[in-house]
Amino acid sequence: MASVSATPPRAASRRGSSLGDKVFALVCQAAGIFVLILLGALIIELLIAGLPAFRAFGLAFVTSTDWDPVKELFGAGVSIYGTIVTAILAIILAVPLAFGVAFFLTELAPPWMRRPVGTAVELLAAVPSIIYGMWGFFVIAPAFAQHVQPFIIDTFGELPLIGFLFQGPPFGTGLFTAAFILAIMVLPFIAATMRDVFEQVPPVYKESAYGLGATNWEVMKGVVIPYTRISVVGGIMLGLGRALGETMAVTFVIGNANRISTSLFGPGNTIASLVALEFGESEIGSLKLASLLALGFILFVLSFVVLATSRYLLRSRLKV
Amino acid sequence: MSLALSSMSHPGPRKDVATAARLGASRKRTDRIIRTLCLAATIIGLVLLASILITLFYRGFEAMSLRVFTHVTAAPGSEGGLLNAIVGSLIQSLIGTAIGTPIGMLVGTYLAEYAKDSWLGNAVRFVSDILLSAPSILIGLFVYQILVLPFGGFSGWAGIAALAIIVIPIVVRTTEDMLQLIPNTLREAVVGLGAPKWKMIVLICWRAAIAGIITGILLAVARVAGETAPLLFTSLGNNAWSTDLSKPMSSLPVTIYAFAGSPFEDWIALAWAGALLITLGVLSLNILARTLLRSRI
Repeated sequence: MASVSATPPRAASRRGSSLGDKVFALVCQAAGIFVLILLGALIIELLIAGLPAFRAFGLAFVTSTDWDPVKELFGAGVSIYGTIVTAILAIILAVPLAFGVAFFLTELAPPWMRRPVGTAVELLAAVPSIIYGMWGFFVIAPAFAQHVQPFIIDTFGELPLIGFLFQGPPFGTGLFTAAFILAIMVLPFIAATMRDVFEQVPPVYKESAYGLGATNWEVMKGVVIPYTRISVVGGIMLGLGRALGETMAVTFVIGNANRISTSLFGPGNTIASLVALEFGESEIGSLKLASLLALGFILFVLSFVVLATSRYLLRSRLKV
Repeated sequence: MSLALSSMSHPGPRKDVATAARLGASRKRTDRIIRTLCLAATIIGLVLLASILITLFYRGFEAMSLRVFTHVTAAPGSEGGLLNAIVGSLIQSLIGTAIGTPIGMLVGTYLAEYAKDSWLGNAVRFVSDILLSAPSILIGLFVYQILVLPFGGFSGWAGIAALAIIVIPIVVRTTEDMLQLIPNTLREAVVGLGAPKWKMIVLICWRAAIAGIITGILLAVARVAGETAPLLFTSLGNNAWSTDLSKPMSSLPVTIYAFAGSPFEDWIALAWAGALLITLGVLSLNILARTLLRSRI
């Protein structure tokens, strides 16, 4: 009897709570869909805004090396070249360092040292881009101009086949300096991913190898790297994606010249640096502004492909 | 017996001991070399961080004075400070985070509590991760297209919108990660008491995950406080004192960018002072976030 009389209020409260549940679930889902729309709108807006440039120059916009505001001739060739060269060079410089840091932090360092050193390396990722720009411009570029570049030019400039990469006057700024700064900026991202995936290797695997008398390096080479190599490549792609779109630091040190120089010490530009520099001088509705937005669209496509690949490779790590 | 004898008298093993010793030595040498290189790589990383910090402290303290905090930016040669830039940065970063955080928390909750394996959940997770690493300059261009062009000019609101878009994926990531750490038995206990799901999430899960979520918010503030590229095309910068969000608004990173690239000594000095301020702020937020997370988990 008592249970029967208690039924109505419970039913009422359940109806109320199911309404609250529905509303809350809907709000959460709406927020999720909002994020989808945000990215979709970003792509579509950039494409629409850049359309006049694609229409005026056709597909040649991507390959053309013109950038002549007076004659209204614009092309993305130089900045795409600069973007890809600096990003890949940055990765070549950063990966060995990041691997060293991750190996040191997971296997070699004494336990008390791991957290402070790991935090310090992660703080490199927190330093704002503009600070890297200033540091690069006022500290690294002069040091490169006076010491590093003359040395490299004298040593490698005369070599056959690859010598042309290291010729020319040592300005201090240029593609190589930009890549160097980018390498420092992506180092913490790659190192953190590597460290995380190295730590996920089951200890039993490593212990069995150590039990057979393997050295640290043999365990790394024979057990850890084969176990984690897909995620490691994913981490490297993540760094590459970051390097492609980095703006302020590159703008300070790349030299900002619209030409393809065969020497790595020559000046150049990247999509992001060109947009940052030229945007303020473009009139609303001009073909130049449309070209800059079209560049933005190209940069988006580039980084989307790289970041999506990275995420695909890292998915196994995300699921764990 | 004869088998054991023959194997004992076999001359093989003795030779192998020498080979093994040689091999072992070369293996140990390789190992030592690589370990040294790894140590060197770590030291290089630390030296680079130290170099940045030392440069900032050295050049920044030289230029630091009370004037930096009491005067607004002024023409080169006249006594100027960074007051408007500091206040502009604070306003835009804080309001941007305040707008982005609830959206990010809801999305993170959706991913962790409602859409663990649905296709929509996976799509949202993917897009949010792309936004997390997408070039911030593109977010500036996007907001320029949707807020600056149609509404007749650069404004503080546009800057806030750009920063909010950067905040969202950071908060999504930490919220989802933190909610996933909560044991399912806790959820079952709450639902078993008859609580509806939304109360379970808001009153129990969010509360249990609060330290992690706050960490995410602090990291988001630290990230947007140093962002320059998205503000170049949205809030633009303003050399006069202004707290009107419908007008162009100054910010520390954009001012540093303009001043550091100028040929004037006093502007460059102010840029260093600003750079020191912003780096100290960003790094202390990061360290605070990490300590908070460690002490609560």
